[in-house]
Amino acid sequence: MKAAAFAYARAKSVDDALQLLAAHGDRAKVLSGGQSLMPAMNLRLISPELIIDIGGIRELRGIVMQNDILRIGALTRHVDLQRSREIAAYAPLLAEAITHVAHPAIRNRGTLGGSLAHADPAAELPACMLALDATIVVRGTGGEQRIAAVDFFQGIFQTALSAEDLLVAVELPVAKKKGVHFFHEFARRHGDYAIAGLAGYADIEAGIFTKLRLAFFAVGDRPLLAEAVNRLINVTVTPKLLSEVSSAVGDELDPQDDQQASSAMRRHLARVLFTRSVATMLERPELAGGTA
Amino acid sequence: MTPTTIALEVNGERIEAQVLPRLNLADFLREHLHLTGTHVGCEHGVCGACTVRLNGEIIRACLMLAVQADGGAVQTIEGLSDSGEVADLQAAFRNRNALQCGYCTPGMLIAAQDLLKQNADPSREQIREHLSGNYCRCTGYQAIIDAVESTARSRRSRA
Repeated sequence: MKAAAFAYARAKSVDDALQLLAAHGDRAKVLSGGQSLMPAMNLRLISPELIIDIGGIRELRGIVMQNDILRIGALTRHVDLQRSREIAAYAPLLAEAITHVAHPAIRNRGTLGGSLAHADPAAELPACMLALDATIVVRGTGGEQRIAAVDFFQGIFQTALSAEDLLVAVELPVAKKKGVHFFHEFARRHGDYAIAGLAGYADIEAGIFTKLRLAFFAVGDRPLLAEAVNRLINVTVTPKLLSEVSSAVGDELDPQDDQQASSAMRRHLARVLFTRSVATMLERPELAGGTA
Repeated sequence: MTPTTIALEVNGERIEAQVLPRLNLADFLREHLHLTGTHVGCEHGVCGACTVRLNGEIIRACLMLAVQADGGAVQTIEGLSDSGEVADLQAAFRNRNALQCGYCTPGMLIAAQDLLKQNADPSREQIREHLSGNYCRCTGYQAIIDAVESTARSRRSRA
């Protein structure tokens, strides 16, 4: 199908975009790369009266490392993340995850800010933000707000953004000592949305987790940090403990049924991912040998 | 909904046009410029039939508004064919029976050429991955992978 008719405004600056948003509120939609918005409009799932195109706003571009914070502009495209030396060096989880986001032609247009504001529960990048403890930087007419990723995603296509806010950047804390990461997803074909996926980040000292953040996606109405995994911090992970925590992780999740997979299958896959992530990050393959 | 004036380059030619905001780039190319080699399949970014180049990079023409292409340079399959850039790839598709109905072929050729420009010696797995966003409902993909692989091989031997 084709999108319904709408009016179009090209924002010249963030302030310009905010003024348009303040005037039109939820009758308007922000267009960045359009790789989620355009399908929704073509399918007539949404029909905004006004499209505010932020694609030309220079101040929303760029990846900058400053004071152990990696700041990524909202208009940074997936392909920019894929090619960035800063991302490869300071956020290798993102560099790995991005290859699973859609296909080359989509990665050339899709943006980080667009993906996060869209908040598809099966999308990779929101989960990475949770794993990396990102801060989402939002501007509204009232000023700037800084929202922890864990509070930002609130449900299916639901975020803490109000209709008058613009997501302007993401900030990732960069640890002095390099951590380890894990990313894997199960999907029907490479580049599709996941049936179940896991983005993880950990600090490890002498074979023991000192920090462990595992963000599951496509197994709930938003990306979720499993709390049960905290039991693996500051202890030696034994197969028995791993199995108990796997069970608790399964209990924590409440995956949806759909035509791709049943709730039980998703829970099973999430537990497989959990066990693999721990075994991989600790470099103890024997831990993944048992049942998930 | 007032028309907007856009100015862009299509296959090397300067174009100015008045378009409605809702018009996507694929429909602009097909209906305003009569460049019907850009095909429209799913219209939500899944099938890849509408793949074109914008400023040298492949994109989905169904997921971009014509107004967003203002100031850009678009190349369609007509441009790539006329310049001879993909002549060997087209010949390989023909020789290997890598097309039947031909609906996906323009998108396949542009996506495959995009890969070959970045990687002169791709593995079959890399070819599959790069073409993973392009659906073909006739060939079962094997012949398409064969054609891309053999084109890469013959380009390397000529280089």
